[in-house]
Amino acid sequence: MYGKGLRPLSIATVAMLALSLSLVFFYAPLDADQGFIQKIFYLHVPLAITALVGFVVGGVFAIAHLRSGDRRWDAYSYVSIHMSVIFGVAVLVTGSIWAKASWGHWWVWNEPTLVSFLIVFLLYATYYPFRYAIEDPERQARYASVFAITAGAFVPLNFLAVRMAQSLVHPRVFATTNGGLPGSMMLTFLCSLAAVGLLWLTLVKFELTAKSASGQVKRLRRALDAPAPGAGSRIAPEVS
Amino acid sequence: MTPSRAAFAAILGKDLRAELRTLQSLPAMALFAVTSFVIFRFGLDRTSLSGSLAAGVLWATLLFAAVLGINRLFVAEREEGGFDAIRLAPIDRSVLFAAKAAALLVYLLALELIAVPVFALFFLDSAAALGPLAAVLVLTDLGLAATGTLISSMAVNSRARDLLVPLVLLPLAVPLMIAATGATEPLMALGGPGYHRFGTWLAVLALYDLIFGLVGYAVFDFLLED
Repeated sequence: MYGKGLRPLSIATVAMLALSLSLVFFYAPLDADQGFIQKIFYLHVPLAITALVGFVVGGVFAIAHLRSGDRRWDAYSYVSIHMSVIFGVAVLVTGSIWAKASWGHWWVWNEPTLVSFLIVFLLYATYYPFRYAIEDPERQARYASVFAITAGAFVPLNFLAVRMAQSLVHPRVFATTNGGLPGSMMLTFLCSLAAVGLLWLTLVKFELTAKSASGQVKRLRRALDAPAPGAGSRIAPEVS
Repeated sequence: MTPSRAAFAAILGKDLRAELRTLQSLPAMALFAVTSFVIFRFGLDRTSLSGSLAAGVLWATLLFAAVLGINRLFVAEREEGGFDAIRLAPIDRSVLFAAKAAALLVYLLALELIAVPVFALFFLDSAAALGPLAAVLVLTDLGLAATGTLISSMAVNSRARDLLVPLVLLPLAVPLMIAATGATEPLMALGGPGYHRFGTWLAVLALYDLIFGLVGYAVFDFLLED
């Protein structure tokens, strides 16, 4: 039942990605200071925004799970965080490439946004060992939700603390003295943001569909009293 | 006394009495801290420390020593059936969170009562920084007590108990450590304590304490349902 609407959503995502990439390479002007490398901004920043929003969305689903006791919300929370962690790897890689190109180093410690993101990423990376260490599925879902809520509260606090500790060398693309982005760059950026956001949504939906299908297969097998080949994952939540 | 307050006092008293009689956590934490100082003495090859180096050594040691105590915070409750007793008792479950956090706070303060003077004796030229440092210690301990209690109560019910506490707690404690070292660094500067951004860092610590105190209080109920 999660498969419904998956095809149009996928087509929209591919079209939006194609549109935004062609805007990035053929429409958006070259940056006066940084030249061609600045174009990674159209990938790096939307990925970072989507990942952070995904973490917070995972926390909101976790609240819904604790309030209603419906395990489906826990599966949503798990998939949101899972996808955001994958996007987080891409954020760190693209950020590193950009740092090398514009500051000459692969990693810049006095760069608050990059460092904050690393800390948030490290915290969410512990979501998996944390989740896998709890055997009882019902308790696992509850504890994972508590983790997701705590980590969701941690994200803004961490950005505040790291920013206060360091100087500001991150390119403040939206708040430069001469009035922010020119219109063509802003349009390209918004298109990229929409494309990456759609990509996240599509991947989340795909994972939920796959989980729900494998859950159904397992249930059917159990109904037929046939042993499942190589017993399924006891880690990830099942979707009914 | 209200029933909640009576339950709080009873659980806290039980914990402190058990610790006094068995001495399971505190001596280990203190010994760990002092040994770490000795290792830093040789690792850094310095006989006296100041500024950011002093703040870093002190807080890294205190954080790791705290992890030892946090690991053991709920072990007795699980092994001796304390969780079941709390579930049976007609009290608010959040009381357990508050009492356990208070017990952890007492452990951390006791640890610092031993470790910080030893640190000053080993590495600092003057003890002038210790007075204002007390405020930083108390605010940081409050934050560690809140997150530590939350993580410990979850980790104790998992297979990888001793592994999970450091794994999850260290990234959670990063903002706490940023603010604590930020406030401590000028205090231990060469040539007398300075107060550069001292108030700001204390405010960050207080904000952390408030947020995680509230989060812990709000979600702790769900950790005891079974």
